Amino acid sequence: MYTFSSKLKTFSLVLIILGALGMGYGFFTAPKTTDDVKEMLHHADEAHETDTHEATAQISAEEEQSHLEHALHQAQNRPWTAFFIPAFFFLMIAVLVLVFYAIQWAAQAGWSIVLFRVMEAITAYILPGSILLFIFILASGMHFNHMYAWMADGTFDPTSENYDAIIDGKSWWLNTSGWMIRGFIYLFAYNIFRWILRKNSIALDTSNDISIYKKNFNFAIIFIVIFAIFELFMSFDWLMSLDPHWYSQLYSFYVFSSMIVSGITVIAMVTIYLKHKGFIPFVNDSHIHDLAKYMFGFSIFWAYFFFDQFMLQWYANIPEETAYFMPRLLGSYQPIFIGMIVINFVFPFLILMDSDFKRTPWFVLTAGMLILIGHYMDIFQLISPATVGNHWSFGIPEIASLAFFLGLFIFVVFTALTKAPLHAKGNPFMKESEIYHY
Amino acid sequence: MSNKVIQAMYDDDDVLLEAVRQTREANHHIEEVYTPFPVHGLEKAMGLKGTRIAITSFIYGVIGFVFAIWMLNYMMIVDWPQNIGGKPNFSFAENMPAFVPILFELTVFFAAHLMVITFYMRSKIWPFQTASNPDPRTTDDKFVMEVSMDGNEDQLADFLKQTGAIELKVTEK
Repeated sequence: MYTFSSKLKTFSLVLIILGALGMGYGFFTAPKTTDDVKEMLHHADEAHETDTHEATAQISAEEEQSHLEHALHQAQNRPWTAFFIPAFFFLMIAVLVLVFYAIQWAAQAGWSIVLFRVMEAITAYILPGSILLFIFILASGMHFNHMYAWMADGTFDPTSENYDAIIDGKSWWLNTSGWMIRGFIYLFAYNIFRWILRKNSIALDTSNDISIYKKNFNFAIIFIVIFAIFELFMSFDWLMSLDPHWYSQLYSFYVFSSMIVSGITVIAMVTIYLKHKGFIPFVNDSHIHDLAKYMFGFSIFWAYFFFDQFMLQWYANIPEETAYFMPRLLGSYQPIFIGMIVINFVFPFLILMDSDFKRTPWFVLTAGMLILIGHYMDIFQLISPATVGNHWSFGIPEIASLAFFLGLFIFVVFTALTKAPLHAKGNPFMKESEIYHY
Repeated sequence: MSNKVIQAMYDDDDVLLEAVRQTREANHHIEEVYTPFPVHGLEKAMGLKGTRIAITSFIYGVIGFVFAIWMLNYMMIVDWPQNIGGKPNFSFAENMPAFVPILFELTVFFAAHLMVITFYMRSKIWPFQTASNPDPRTTDDKFVMEVSMDGNEDQLADFLKQTGAIELKVTEK
């Protein structure tokens, strides 16, 4: 049995409290009126000493007002964006670990059984994570923020000056009530399947009944199919609709690849931590080696999707498509966009290429840290350009909400580890996994 | 120095593996083992060093990558810049995304082909090379272990018989 070390517990609680305070600060200091924004932009202009004043002098007062309102919305979005990015990131890590876990069941894999309790513990975050994300969904749907441009009043009304024919053409899918219901369905399904798989896995420990194993095998297959469908639409709903005019058929797979490599990295890191502490002596080098192989493989998988999506639109150069890449490739998000390619592809590729390095915990941890940072940057640049716009920064709200969700994640995962024996002894493949040798 | 060797033939890979292990424990020097198919664990039993082909593969990949950069830069930027889809054609860096597939392909091409050639050279399989296995049956269902003679011939022969050899042959090498 694992006992939550008090040091780690304190650390996670401190992160949660500091994070919550910082998030509160972010919401509290967000500008309330256009006057605040005017002042804010004025300061920014002075700091940059640009000659935008000449340009602004020529535009009419009405245009300036609408410009200010837009800037206000973006500034008000900042704490919400800061909340949404880690909420989505950590929830998807947990969900993708559940998918990876279900794949092990469905494939009747022998090597990974010793890691099952680690994976189950990580998926424990799905429940609190989806509650927090659902709060965000409710808040967005009830217009507490301006994250989703297509939710603005009059977008679907031909008589309104906000009318947008392109978005109206998608209104059969992109409408606020449907969006909220779908969000609930996705999160509900993940929680249900997590609950079933975990319950049966625990039940196997104390029973010789093979029908429990078969039940989990079937549920795992159903979950993989359902997830494959839900993930497509979830990415469209939550992320791609942030840029409602732009579309890419690869987008869902891109998000999937980004999050599954993070999920497997988290499995590897928690495993190495527990093994270092001596709680799972039955995990050997070959299991770490296999996880590192997955990290290596999925990093390349991610780079492949990233590049496919990017190059076709870059090369075709159609304005409505390249509009998406303008702020990222050439605008203020360039350092993140270029940086994440290096961190997510070049580093894991070089660090994890050698087979001996994959067995060295120190190397796997280094590569894992880089992968997690890189994919956090990836999710950041998926969301921020559409909601915060060009004047982004990584300040107190962003760091605080990252700290909050990281703390919560650590707290929930390591609490879940204490709930069940770390050795899933009831699984019929346990012996095969224990003697697994590459 | 005598170059005499004993070629001991076996008819089962498990027996062979065990024989190799015993022979090494008895401090006899195994020159070579001929098998009709790769035997798992044989390289460990023989105490061979790990292969360095992976390192050569990486080096060849880097060579291919650099070659592709040079080639594309020369073709598309220096020698004959072409306007394809209005893309910037005077700078390698700005045109790089279009070159990625070629960079990738040439890296793989160099790594794969040079690695195979290296493997052939290292294994001494080049054109017009004749087969060097001592007995044609080693391409069918028999295994031959070649042990160098370093003392009493009868003693070694007895020892090899014990390990399960079905046929012994002494030859000059």
